[in-house]
Amino acid sequence: MMHLLAQANPPAPMHAVTLGHYLFVSAAMFAIGLIGFVSRRNLIIMFLCTELMFQAAGIALIAFSRFHLNHTGETFVIFVLTVAAAEAAMALALVVLLFRRRESLSGEEWASMKG
Amino acid sequence: MLSGILNSLAALMPAAEAGGDLLHPPKGAMLMLAVPVLTLVGVLACTICAVARVRTKLPAWISVACLAGAFGCVLATFLGYEGPRHAVGFEWIHLQWGGETPRGGGQVPIRALHANFGLYVDTLTLLWMLFVTGLATLIALYASEYMAGDVRTAGYSRFFVAFNLFVFSMSCLVMADNLLLLYLGWEGVGLCSYLLIGYFYKKPSAVAAAKKAFIVNRIGDLGLALGIMLIFVKFGTVEYATLLADSKFQGFLAAATAGDFASIPWDIQLIPALLMIGAFGKSAQFPLYVWLPDAMEGPTPVSALIHAATMVTAGVFLIARTFWVFQVSEYALPIVAWIGAITALLAATIGMAQFDIKRIMAYSTVSQLGYMFAGLGVMTSVGAAFHVFTHAFFKALLFLACGAVMHGFAGQLDLRKLSGVQKMPGWRIVGVTMLVGCLNLAGFPLLAGFWSKDMILAQAFAEPGYSAVGWVLLLTAGLTAYYTFRVYFRVFVGPQHFEPGDEVHGHDDAHGHGDHGHAHAEPAHDGHGHGDHAGHAHGSGGGQHGFHPHPPGWAINLVLVVLAIGAFAIIPLNFIGEHAGHGGWAADMVHHSTAGPLPAGAGHAAEGHGGGHAEHGTFLGMDPHKVMYYVSGVVGIVGIGIAFVLHLAGRTEAARSRADGLLPALGPIPGWAQHKWYVDEFYDFLIRTPLWVAAHLFHLVDKLIVDGLVNLFGFIPRALGKAIRPSQSGVLHGYALAMAGGVAFLLLIVLMAAL
Repeated sequence: MMHLLAQANPPAPMHAVTLGHYLFVSAAMFAIGLIGFVSRRNLIIMFLCTELMFQAAGIALIAFSRFHLNHTGETFVIFVLTVAAAEAAMALALVVLLFRRRESLSGEEWASMKG
Repeated sequence: MLSGILNSLAALMPAAEAGGDLLHPPKGAMLMLAVPVLTLVGVLACTICAVARVRTKLPAWISVACLAGAFGCVLATFLGYEGPRHAVGFEWIHLQWGGETPRGGGQVPIRALHANFGLYVDTLTLLWMLFVTGLATLIALYASEYMAGDVRTAGYSRFFVAFNLFVFSMSCLVMADNLLLLYLGWEGVGLCSYLLIGYFYKKPSAVAAAKKAFIVNRIGDLGLALGIMLIFVKFGTVEYATLLADSKFQGFLAAATAGDFASIPWDIQLIPALLMIGAFGKSAQFPLYVWLPDAMEGPTPVSALIHAATMVTAGVFLIARTFWVFQVSEYALPIVAWIGAITALLAATIGMAQFDIKRIMAYSTVSQLGYMFAGLGVMTSVGAAFHVFTHAFFKALLFLACGAVMHGFAGQLDLRKLSGVQKMPGWRIVGVTMLVGCLNLAGFPLLAGFWSKDMILAQAFAEPGYSAVGWVLLLTAGLTAYYTFRVYFRVFVGPQHFEPGDEVHGHDDAHGHGDHGHAHAEPAHDGHGHGDHAGHAHGSGGGQHGFHPHPPGWAINLVLVVLAIGAFAIIPLNFIGEHAGHGGWAADMVHHSTAGPLPAGAGHAAEGHGGGHAEHGTFLGMDPHKVMYYVSGVVGIVGIGIAFVLHLAGRTEAARSRADGLLPALGPIPGWAQHKWYVDEFYDFLIRTPLWVAAHLFHLVDKLIVDGLVNLFGFIPRALGKAIRPSQSGVLHGYALAMAGGVAFLLLIVLMAAL
């Protein structure tokens, strides 16, 4: 793996921020989001966790984009952000509606699709 | 179609120029084509009446007019008859195949199937058509009154549609110039018979009888169909003229005449056997006779026309028409003779023990048909055809008289519950005409039935080797006289008594006869022991709802009188023409047809009278043709005498007669005869029970194995789904966890593999 990381760049100075750092941040954010999504019951928090995972993926995309000196990833992230904004508006509206139905924000209230 | 007519005309031209003979009739007799056309017009008009909801007697008058027109056409053709004629209606079936050359070489022979809607009009056809259309006209007139109770329903039109369709089918059957058209008519009359037996379709017994008639006939029809196919396979034609003139067939016929049956292949000898099965089915011969007595569930005019006078003679007609074909087999005609004799005796013994007068007449029909078959079997096609002709008159008469009684007494047919009907007001004509019919059926000397029955009896003794058949028939003649007069002496004469049947409702309203309001002082009683008030105008009637029997109206009486006069009028026919005294006119008619003697050259006379036989059987050493008149006359009178002693002399009540005293001496035999020798039960056991058991076994196989397998395949996914369904908790976190776990698991596998 180190061989891969060293490939495209000239010898990096010590303590410089490398692709590995970005990827670590991305992975950490994704893990935090996943853990939050699974462990929390509040619908808004769960939604925020999904956003967290979303952006973690975005960071990874931009990091690779920069690493390969290719702008496709960055372009893609801009589109993702646009969609995410619309999706956030809708999701929050849904949460509001769900709250009105049950007077609760707990995700466990909604389990009628039980087999 | 026009070219087809011209072609067939061209094919017939040489014969026409030569003057024509039996097998190559010239074209003509176009008037006979009007018969099927007129009857079809009747069918259409009555159908329109049914659709237009006509609720008057219009369909009856249309039918009478159409049938009378048809009878007029037949009569005109008969009066202007000069020789056999061939009339082609239209080209019906013209198929041709073969001729191509297969790769292996050679050539597939060209074969063709030609069957026109063509009529072959010879004297046999005319003999049959005269009584078919004549009786149909009279019986349609009778039915116009008999069916009047249904005039306000659709049934009246339906009845006459089927009635006309029957005459159409019968005319196709009788006049066809080929076996395929005969088969069409054969199936057509079967269908009409089914429709008319099941006329009262809300009555379970009528529906059962209709199905029984249809199914039993189907067995016979299969034989006929196979016979026709075998004829086509062997001779390449279904047309009578081509078949009978076929050189191969003539060769077989010559061999048969010479007594050389061994040279005739077995499959040629099989043809008459198959045709015979068809004839046995349609003409109610043993073992296929069981449907005919049950067919009495239909309205009485139907019983008279279809199940007594005309349709059931189709089998006799088939054998008479293909009489030459029957002579190529060594065993065909002996089998016909014996089956006829057995049927005659069996049906007569059953008829002796029945109480339902219509059923007795049905068994007498079966018995008389047996006579006709025996007549064919002993080579007197003349006797058979003559008996068909006379029987048509007196049996129609008997049935119509019984029908009048049934109609007037609200469906009562039990001879124990009716007595002295002839003396009741308005019933004289029915009684007298019934007597005429009974005397004919019993073979009373000098009447028409006597002469025709006598011809068959005499020939049975004259034909060598058939004297046993003759004795059976002679015994049957005695039994016939007895059971016929059992009906007459019980129902029409003697002390007056009646109990109405179960169809009391509606009849009084429907007819409005004169003597309503007549006070009925007689108390309700048990029906026995009060029967001896001779002189009471109404006997000691059942008294329920003030029931009065209503005597028949003008239409029924007119038809009865015409038929009774006809039964006398045909007697002189026996004494005219070249065969005077031996069938007379009817013999001439049959002799000049394909049912007559074999053509010159074959050197064999189909008739015993022809002197073709070297040996001649005798009746106790005397010439049967001379002594049989006296013997059968005496037998008939003795039978009537026994009936008189047992059922009329000294009888004081309707339900019992002197014959009852004799029953214990006979042990269980009368009971067996009353139960029709348990033939129906035997068939039930032999055919229906195994079928029933097999059907249930197959049902089980179907249910357990076939359905079981299919259901198993349905069950597996359902069980699987049921097992894993609880994993779907419906909780969002569960799904998320499972998804994350799954991703982690896959990731682990990928990483492990990479390392």
